[in-house]
Amino acid sequence: MAVRSPARRNSELTLLIIALVVGSGAMALVALARNNDDRLRIAAPLIATVAVGYIGAHILIRKVARQSDPLVLPLIAGLNLIGLAAVYRLDPEPSGYGPAQVVWTAVGLLCFAGTLIFLRDYRVLARYKYILGFAGIVLLLLPLSPLGATINGARLWLRFGSYSFQPGELAKICLVVFFAAYLAERKELLAIASRRIGPFHFPDPKHFGPLLLMWGISLLTMFYLRDLGSSLLFFSIFLVMIYVATARIVYVLFGMVLFGAGAMLGYSMFSHVQVRVQTWLDPFNPDYIQGDSFQLAQSLFAFATGGLFGTGWGQGRPDIIPEAQTDFIFAVIGEELGLMGTAAVIVVFVLLIARGFRVALSCRNDFGQLLACGLTAIFAIQTFIILGGVTSTLPLTGITLPFMSFGGSSMLANFILWAIVIRISDQNASEPDPARTGEILIGGR
Amino acid sequence: MERQITRVGIASVVLLLLVFAQLNRLQIFAAEEIASNPANSRRLLQEYSIKRGEIITEDTVTIARSVDTGGRLRFQRRYPEGDLFGHTTGFYSFLFGTSGIESAYNEELLGESGVISMQDIQDSLFGSGELGDNVRVTINSEMQQIAREQLGDQRGSVIAMDPSNGKILAMWNNPSFDPNPLASHDSQVQKQGRAALNPNSPTSPLINLATQRGYPPGSTFKVVTAAAALESGRFTPSSTFDDPTSYDLPQTDATISNFSGGTCAGGGSITLELALTISCNTTFADIGQKVPGEIADMAEGLGFNSAIPFDLRTEPSSFLEADEDNLPRRSLSAIGQGDVVSTPLQMLLVAATIANDGEVPRPRLADEIIDSEGIVERFSPETLGSAMSTTTANTLGGMMRNVVENGTGTAAQIPGVVVAGKTGTAQTTEGANPHAWFICFAGPSGDDARIAVAVIVENGGSLGSEATGGQVAAPIARALIEADRNINGW
Repeated sequence: MAVRSPARRNSELTLLIIALVVGSGAMALVALARNNDDRLRIAAPLIATVAVGYIGAHILIRKVARQSDPLVLPLIAGLNLIGLAAVYRLDPEPSGYGPAQVVWTAVGLLCFAGTLIFLRDYRVLARYKYILGFAGIVLLLLPLSPLGATINGARLWLRFGSYSFQPGELAKICLVVFFAAYLAERKELLAIASRRIGPFHFPDPKHFGPLLLMWGISLLTMFYLRDLGSSLLFFSIFLVMIYVATARIVYVLFGMVLFGAGAMLGYSMFSHVQVRVQTWLDPFNPDYIQGDSFQLAQSLFAFATGGLFGTGWGQGRPDIIPEAQTDFIFAVIGEELGLMGTAAVIVVFVLLIARGFRVALSCRNDFGQLLACGLTAIFAIQTFIILGGVTSTLPLTGITLPFMSFGGSSMLANFILWAIVIRISDQNASEPDPARTGEILIGGR
Repeated sequence: MERQITRVGIASVVLLLLVFAQLNRLQIFAAEEIASNPANSRRLLQEYSIKRGEIITEDTVTIARSVDTGGRLRFQRRYPEGDLFGHTTGFYSFLFGTSGIESAYNEELLGESGVISMQDIQDSLFGSGELGDNVRVTINSEMQQIAREQLGDQRGSVIAMDPSNGKILAMWNNPSFDPNPLASHDSQVQKQGRAALNPNSPTSPLINLATQRGYPPGSTFKVVTAAAALESGRFTPSSTFDDPTSYDLPQTDATISNFSGGTCAGGGSITLELALTISCNTTFADIGQKVPGEIADMAEGLGFNSAIPFDLRTEPSSFLEADEDNLPRRSLSAIGQGDVVSTPLQMLLVAATIANDGEVPRPRLADEIIDSEGIVERFSPETLGSAMSTTTANTLGGMMRNVVENGTGTAAQIPGVVVAGKTGTAQTTEGANPHAWFICFAGPSGDDARIAVAVIVENGGSLGSEATGGQVAAPIARALIEADRNINGW
């Protein structure tokens, strides 16, 4: 095992350098596309900052997580830098989103480092499951407190002076940790069907209690905060994790019925839900193409204009899409890099997600498996919700694209998320887990 | 749990593949349909972000250029000469599209055509605000000015060409229009500007009279009739015809009389040459019955009955051979009345063909496409075919010289210059004054013709009912010939 680690780290470095070269190249092209010599001089330190940050993260991994998966960091760097180039392309002014996103990337990398340094054994997280679960709910509810602020119609933000923060992004990690720990403890009990209703077998309702409570609270909060994307995200992750833990598809079916009911309720109660569905079904309707569906239609125009090869960096007009730098960053790539670019981004997401599930599979204890799987799944679902939204595969629900959208909270949360996954993968490779034998004897699977 | 994790993993990948499938639809299969939605302002913004090429005249006067507004639509089109070149440049409007050269050479002006130069590659890599190619037209700005001055406030059209290569030297219509309001970036200004031009009226200034308005050609058409007569081999300039006071139209009681009301040459007989010189109606009415098929063939050979290929939109002129049941029409057509309709451009082509030894030159308005590094494309002369033999053309040219030297076209005489022409005073609707026509070509003595001109002054212009082509239209043509002679020093 110990012999393999330098090889792993060296391939990580090689891949990271490739990702950094591609990403820096994109940044440089964006700067050049502005046809202003000063731009490159302004962009150079930004590129350098990010490159140094990633190399630093790599060195840290060599020290504190030397057995970890070598692909995760380079894949993150690839996504992050292409996203950064796209944000920078939209607003390269020194006070604009571009340079600010570089700062957020740096802060994200610091959080990544902090997580790796302080979290030497992910299993301690299980000990704090109730605290984390409670913290997750508090974080979700915080925007409703006087500290909260409403931005773009959703009350998801905390404002400190000129900085705003979206605590929901961190809440998702806390809740996944809680679910993982709780399910790891109870999964056998949850899987035993002691009650029978019709053709279906159900476990004792008392084991459901805390889970249903958690789900209800997060769902209600989200409805109250009017954030459909996060609502969908929390609900899906809840279903996924309970399915993984119990292998009982009946939970998923039951959950889908619940979801269907919730969706119908939401549709009949909230006009903004109706609008989302309408604009999804017919985004080019002249009645609202200049209104409710303007943003989505402009996004679709961006993809269509990009075609196979795109217009090239700086050559399109993604600035027509309102708020392109956050939720619609993928449309910027669609317009300027074409299907080639969007396909490449999807491939990188698929690879990263696959590595996450691989970490889960190679883990030898329930908590670790559930945690790695849950974190990866919530990352995958979030990616799907927003990519599906901006491409009109799904009704649009505002949520950030991990590592690519502009925004500090999302950047921070995703770096922490993947730091935990890296920690799990490192521990998988470095410590044989004695619990594994016991687990097999119990026959919980 | 491994099995469930694997399933969740597969499901995640499948979901992202769904997005990928949708992307294929958006970016490839339905891309054109989606992108062409009028609510997509990208193409417009893209087009207006290009510094469209200039349109310049033969003597390098800028008649259309783009100026940086710094606005959302970056470049705005300006037409420094106002209405002088309205029908040449056309307009460039985001509400009403394009017309004229702006339309015909849109791709070139946007820099999207032809050879991809290093500059283009640099533009697209670094987005340095793309640059369109310039278009040089064949019109000389001085000639154009003189055409406008000469026509004054009379309605009509003046169009001149170099018969050896088809280059249009001047093309002025009154009324014309100023394209500037239509190129405004304020849609209100655009709408009002267009409304002021009465776009749906038959007298709208947007109509290019030279290429789009059909008129009865009147006596200028006798040149075509004469060409057919000569080409048939049955007649020569000295062939003689009866000289009655009026010609009895077959199948009717009606007659065709001469302009003077009497005989053309004092009764007895008249030669073909003299008949053309003094524009004798009775003679040509007679020829109309003798070679009807040849006249129709000659007219078609000269471009009638099909749209003349040109840089701008042209309406076809029409000449239809009357059948045996409609013999009067054969006579009427032979003197350019009845159903014959011709644009000024078509009659210009008649004169130019005779000047060009019987070859019909293809009229051209664009001369060169010029990109930032020099000339990309220079248009070469083309011919639309041979309408008559060189002998016929030269014989007819001599007869037309006689028109100017001794006949109805003396007002076009220029000392030291050979001018060959034909007047026309064309009846229009009942009660309206006739149109005054003059077509001609001219050149230095003993050399090829340098210029052909067609002039029409609607309803006799300032002279009204008293006007004839010789009095009203011929002096205008003369002024253009003199101008061309001064400019080009022949």
